[in-house]
Amino acid sequence: MTVLAVVEHDRGEITTASLGVLTAARNLAKQMNTKFEALTIGTNADALSTTISKFGAATVHQAHNSALVDFGPEAWGESIAQVVRKVSPQVVISTGTERGHEIIAQAAARLDLPAAMNCLEFDKDFTGAEALKVVRARWGGSLLEESVLDAPIKLVTLANHIVEPSEEPAASTVSVIEVELDESVTQSFVQDRVERVAGVTLATSPVVVSGGRGVGSAEAFAPLEELAGLLNGVVGCSRAVTNNGWRNHTDQVGQTGTRIAPDIYIACGISGAIQHWVGAMASKNILAINTDAQANIVTKAGYAVIGDLHAVVPAISAEIRKRQSK
Amino acid sequence: MNILVCVKRVPAPGARINITADGQQVDTAFLGFTVSPHEECAVEQAVQLIEKHGGDVTVLTLGPAEAEEQLRTAVSTGATKAVLVPIDTTDWDPQKTAQALAKVIAELETANGKYDLILFGNESADSCGYQVGIRVALKLSRPIVNGAKGLEVDNGVATVRRESDAGVEVYKLTTPACVGVKEGINLPRYPTMKGRLASKKVAMTQSEAIGDVGGLKLITLRRPPERASNTKILGNGPEAASAVVDLLEELGVFK
Repeated sequence: MTVLAVVEHDRGEITTASLGVLTAARNLAKQMNTKFEALTIGTNADALSTTISKFGAATVHQAHNSALVDFGPEAWGESIAQVVRKVSPQVVISTGTERGHEIIAQAAARLDLPAAMNCLEFDKDFTGAEALKVVRARWGGSLLEESVLDAPIKLVTLANHIVEPSEEPAASTVSVIEVELDESVTQSFVQDRVERVAGVTLATSPVVVSGGRGVGSAEAFAPLEELAGLLNGVVGCSRAVTNNGWRNHTDQVGQTGTRIAPDIYIACGISGAIQHWVGAMASKNILAINTDAQANIVTKAGYAVIGDLHAVVPAISAEIRKRQSK
Repeated sequence: MNILVCVKRVPAPGARINITADGQQVDTAFLGFTVSPHEECAVEQAVQLIEKHGGDVTVLTLGPAEAEEQLRTAVSTGATKAVLVPIDTTDWDPQKTAQALAKVIAELETANGKYDLILFGNESADSCGYQVGIRVALKLSRPIVNGAKGLEVDNGVATVRRESDAGVEVYKLTTPACVGVKEGINLPRYPTMKGRLASKKVAMTQSEAIGDVGGLKLITLRRPPERASNTKILGNGPEAASAVVDLLEELGVFK
């Protein structure tokens, strides 16, 4: 009778999303009046038990197998499935990230159980025995789905940034579980990795200057590059722009691109279709520059300039230069 | 090389998604339909692979009869065969979908031989379940990696590249294998004239969908609370520049 949090880590380093999951699992266990336990996968994550105990897990299960040296979706999924069979939790919860969705789906498939991804809410009256009512994100979060997970063991992922991590230390015991992994699951491990060059990325930049169909061409992004440069930010774009081949997909903000949360998002010539909006809606401030005062992004933004971006953007850069030279 | 690509017909939403009165589906009265974006890229990747290695790309969809339109679109961009698995509603739950797909794929393979690769979208744009491909792969006892932003096949080994916070990860799977593809792996081509003609002529194979209801049951769809926004108009045209820079100073992004 437990809530089991599956900790996402990268070569022994815990991810921020995992801290939210540990917090959510503890809250859910309290509500259900049951125990909160955690699971780490691979010996390189054993040291995380210290961090996990700060979040109040009663037991930290450590899945061990000599093959578990890096991330591997199938080996991780099979490890979770074996631990679940052994521990019999009522709820299994992991991160709403690429890896989290993948390992929960793997575990669910292996256990022949349903799974609900990107959950934002769990039924406040849930005690553990009955079906679990959840609210989960569809369409990248622009639509919500209320559904029930009707199964003895509920597998879920928690939508990212929904639960603020909060510590509540408790003494944790450690339990090592040797898992058995055969060649059917050990193929799909990371074989090689090209490390990212450190620096500001679209996902982390505090300022994003983004262009849409209204920019008109790849060359016409130059003034946006200039403004982004003056503000130490980066340039983003909408899906229309990548579809036209004007910019690389790595610059795309949206449901199928990058989700961003900058201090300010400057959206130039972007209408703000759902697919784009869900990638930008977490921005702290949005400034829309658009010729159409009725454009979706203009009506949703905190600030707007009505006008042609080709004239407005260079004027903003010129104004910044003028003030810098003072 | 024989490649199967599983695609899903989804509404192409504009600025707002409306829900039907019974709360069970997206109101598509004023919407067009498209192939879910990740899967559009999966089709393109498959077509590029057979252009290099030779072979066939079969597109398969489980969906309403109208999903034939999306299969023909895929053929117009280079797929060579199409299989429709009709269902009478717009959506099945992930377990039921996976069970039906695995059964149809097993039948197709009994008749035509194994697919070297079976491609899925990383997740569907509408229901965002993140699991159908993985469930199908397991039922077919094949390895699968999701999130592919690169995919090459050489001598029976599929090399998958995917992005993580740390960098680019490389996976190697022995074929036959399954891969979940993400948008950005390529830029899908537009239909060609030759493709359009082929799409009109392609035989539409039909297979029966059989699956047991799974444990994730939809109660209702609803819209999230609207972000209250009283847009402050800073001005019109280039004259607004001064007000914009004032705002940037106020927010502390420009000093």
